[in-house]
Amino acid sequence: MDLVSLSSNLLLVSFFAYIIATLFFGGAVRGAKSQASYRNSRSGTIGIIITIIGFLTHVGFFITRWMASGYAPVSNMFEAVTALGMMLIAAFILLYFIYKTPSLGLFALPIAIIIIGYATMFPTEVTPLIPALKSKWLAVHVITTILGEAILAISAVAGFILLLKKVNVKKASRERFWLEVIVYTIVLFLGFIIATSGFRIAGYEAEFNFMNKNEQLERSVYHMPPLFGMNEYEALTEDAMTPWAEMPAIIDAKKLTTTTWSFFVGTAIYLLLRLIFRRPLAAVLQPLTKNANLQLMDEIGYRAVLIGFPVFSLGALIFAMIWAHEAWSRFWGWDPKEVWALITWLFYAAFLHLRLTRGWEGKKSAWLMVIGFILIMFNFIAVNMILAGLHSYA
Amino acid sequence: MSKSMIKCQCGHENPFGTVLCESCGRPQTEEAKKSKTVDMRYEGSARRSQTYQRTIVDKIWNFFSSVKIGVSIIIAVLVTSAIGTIFPQKLYVPANTEAEIAAYYERLYGTFGKIYYNLGFHDMYNSWWFITLVGMLGTSILIASVDRVVPLYKSLKQQRTKRHPSFLKRQRVYGDGPVEDADASLKKAEEKLKQLRYNVKVEDGAILAEKNRFSRWGPYVNHTGLLIFLGAILLRGIPGFYVDESMWLREGDTLEIPGAPGYFIESKGFIREVYSNEDDEIFGKALERNPMIDKNFQTDVALYKKAEGDLPGQTDNISLVKEYSIIVNEPLTFDGYSIFQMDYRTDELKSMDFQLTDKETEQSLGEFTVDLVNPESTYDLGDGRIVELKDYYPDYAGFENGEPTSKSPLPNNPAFFFKMITPEKPEGEISFVAIRQTVEADENDYKVNFVSADTRNISGLTIRKDRTLYILLAGGIIFMIGVAQGSYWNHRRIWIQKGENNEMLIASHTNKNWYSLKREMGQVKEHASLPSYEDREDKESDKEEEEGDID
Ligand code: HEM
Repeated sequence: MDLVSLSSNLLLVSFFAYIIATLFFGGAVRGAKSQASYRNSRSGTIGIIITIIGFLTHVGFFITRWMASGYAPVSNMFEAVTALGMMLIAAFILLYFIYKTPSLGLFALPIAIIIIGYATMFPTEVTPLIPALKSKWLAVHVITTILGEAILAISAVAGFILLLKKVNVKKASRERFWLEVIVYTIVLFLGFIIATSGFRIAGYEAEFNFMNKNEQLERSVYHMPPLFGMNEYEALTEDAMTPWAEMPAIIDAKKLTTTTWSFFVGTAIYLLLRLIFRRPLAAVLQPLTKNANLQLMDEIGYRAVLIGFPVFSLGALIFAMIWAHEAWSRFWGWDPKEVWALITWLFYAAFLHLRLTRGWEGKKSAWLMVIGFILIMFNFIAVNMILAGLHSYA
Repeated sequence: MSKSMIKCQCGHENPFGTVLCESCGRPQTEEAKKSKTVDMRYEGSARRSQTYQRTIVDKIWNFFSSVKIGVSIIIAVLVTSAIGTIFPQKLYVPANTEAEIAAYYERLYGTFGKIYYNLGFHDMYNSWWFITLVGMLGTSILIASVDRVVPLYKSLKQQRTKRHPSFLKRQRVYGDGPVEDADASLKKAEEKLKQLRYNVKVEDGAILAEKNRFSRWGPYVNHTGLLIFLGAILLRGIPGFYVDESMWLREGDTLEIPGAPGYFIESKGFIREVYSNEDDEIFGKALERNPMIDKNFQTDVALYKKAEGDLPGQTDNISLVKEYSIIVNEPLTFDGYSIFQMDYRTDELKSMDFQLTDKETEQSLGEFTVDLVNPESTYDLGDGRIVELKDYYPDYAGFENGEPTSKSPLPNNPAFFFKMITPEKPEGEISFVAIRQTVEADENDYKVNFVSADTRNISGLTIRKDRTLYILLAGGIIFMIGVAQGSYWNHRRIWIQKGENNEMLIASHTNKNWYSLKREMGQVKEHASLPSYEDREDKESDKEEEEGDID
């Protein structure tokens, strides 16, 4: 077996390990009669052991891929997002040993699983590095940044648990509504994964010529039935579906098609779940938080921001500037990716001030942590795919 | 400004505006006396912003020292930055004149693009309001820090071990109650606290256990780092601190480096490579998807320095400094300058070979080469045949009013007026020659035709010198030290003291992570059989919450 396939197999092992570990954490939460049995439950211990095994194979994936390609595997969407999943697990393991909380695992692991699943929807082959990325700073800058983002993301998980427990999900309220929106958004990601892998298994392909925004002829291959056509498109595949509408040149109709399909599939799943449970999904999830201690969750979330913020500052701003100075001759260029790193950083700075000097604790701070995670995912997804700049991965 | 002091019952003199006595902690204001818990944020010390509010200076000071305002400024910078990413900034737009830029936004983004452009959002980060916001941010950081750090330092330094009970009672975590043997409890508590690595001070039946006070300076250290960073950016406006130039360098040429007087650079060749299947078989699949992935951009250069005292622009007396291959991520550095590989153009026309032919016999009467950057005016082909170059249009763009025109001095589309002189036609014939086009005024007997062309590559280089880099870096490092200091450690204090009879008072304070503090207090309480205590801020926690409580 060559290194690349060994590497993908290791990732697969991690993926399943995380799923199994989630079940054990679930067992620890549901089975606990008292706080003591919750913190020291056997299921919880087994859960964390399996998580650690999964993490080790995940690191194995990372290292073997690094060996195979010769550079740190954080150079494209697939690699960066799987790394985010890996660091998320690392951050969880760290906090688990500080605070011993199976509840955190019960929510953090599924998020990591979805993140890894999401990553594998992008091209996974090993791509050679373009000149700008050939630098030791690729490893240093990107790994530090992703680690910081993962630790910050854990704070959102803790915040989410706190909200789920504290918000009254039996009564309609603005808070319940937004909580439900978050759950729905997570389901949309599942929709993306299912839609993409479904059409991939079916082997769908449709080719088009179109006029890009610089008025040059370009070719585009859709892997989902084209709901939207590119600017002045011309179908090259015989029996492909005719797009509903043609988009102007600034809109990437192929990405819009993928988004729309994910939206359809995700919404269908969501409605199905609503039909099965006959309750908002937030209410379905709430019992899973029963043993979570609110003050503890509050502190875990804050602690995660305190640990993650310096790491993020170092990776996403300081190392980024040093590298940008070496590769592009200026340490800062107001490229969208840079700006969004700055925005994320300012956001967490504002959070720290509100918390430290204005006493924003509990729900208020939990909402901010969740918004922080949305910003981070926006950085990964929208900035990479839509606001294309120098950093564009896709 | 009033310099009066207020004297506390304990005898300590506090500066005007003090809320809690720096020494014993007794409340000094009516408000503090009435409240159940005290705001411990700056130890109840006298801050300028809380004390003086009369003059305009006071008002400005108070404005910038407020965290509410500070956070609002941060959010304002955040939002404006975000708006700047909706459409590409001016810098990334492939257009030169303002009119072209405006047209670009309108063409691609319609009405929104037009509004975006007209509001100036296309150049957000250079706009006066953005710069003003950043200036306000800096001012706020400075004033807010100065307002707090001095009083905080003083009161932490002057705190006494034994506090007045009224101080303890107003702490967030507090408890009192009888114990069996107060002295034994104190001894045991001291022991346990030391074990938990607290700094323990004992005085007259009172314990002050303190840990990681230095973490309180974290915010001030990191704010200092930020201010140094912002200051360095201001410095770049001063001439000589910052050089940012660019140049196009053709293969074989030696040019003076803009922004670096006295230095010359020669391009020995530009190389562009793409990946091929030979590079590494594991890239095979990726190359199938996209066969043109760039591998390397490289300019091989020689750097020269002019001898001291030579006239500017003179190239005959220069000495080699070094040879280097500039690639992306590996700039050439010398004397504080860095030269970066930024851009390239391949295959610019360098020279063209022509042939003089007799139209009738199709016979060649000799060949000559025109250097497109420095063309000669006559080309002698021997045997009395001469071609004169009467006029040259490097970037020919058609005729206008019967005259050929050139768009630019770059040889993108060269065109020539040749005068052909031969022994048979000594007065000469005129011919206009452009690529794929020949125009003759009269019917000529001879013609000049194109044989071949020589091309070369051009490297786009950027020259930078930034003397502020080290200041920026220092700012960054100081910032990192400060955030780490304030984030990875927290300042915790536990007070335990004997009250009346066999009563014990216990109170504690931390600037963050109360849960962990209470965990440590729990251990001390257990070990020293102290009275129980409660966290008054955590009262809002409803019944459901208590269910999950661990203690
Ligand atoms: C981008 C700008 C800023 C950054 C990155 C920043 C960073 C920080 C950090 C990391 C802390 C420590 C927080 C903690 O330990 O939880 C802090 C504390 C603080 N910051 Fe800032 N800050 C910024 C701007 C400001 C501004 C504009 C103000 C003005 C009001 C301000 C006032 C304060 C205050 C009062 C504290 C608390 C100090 C203490 O408790 O001793 N900061 N800042």
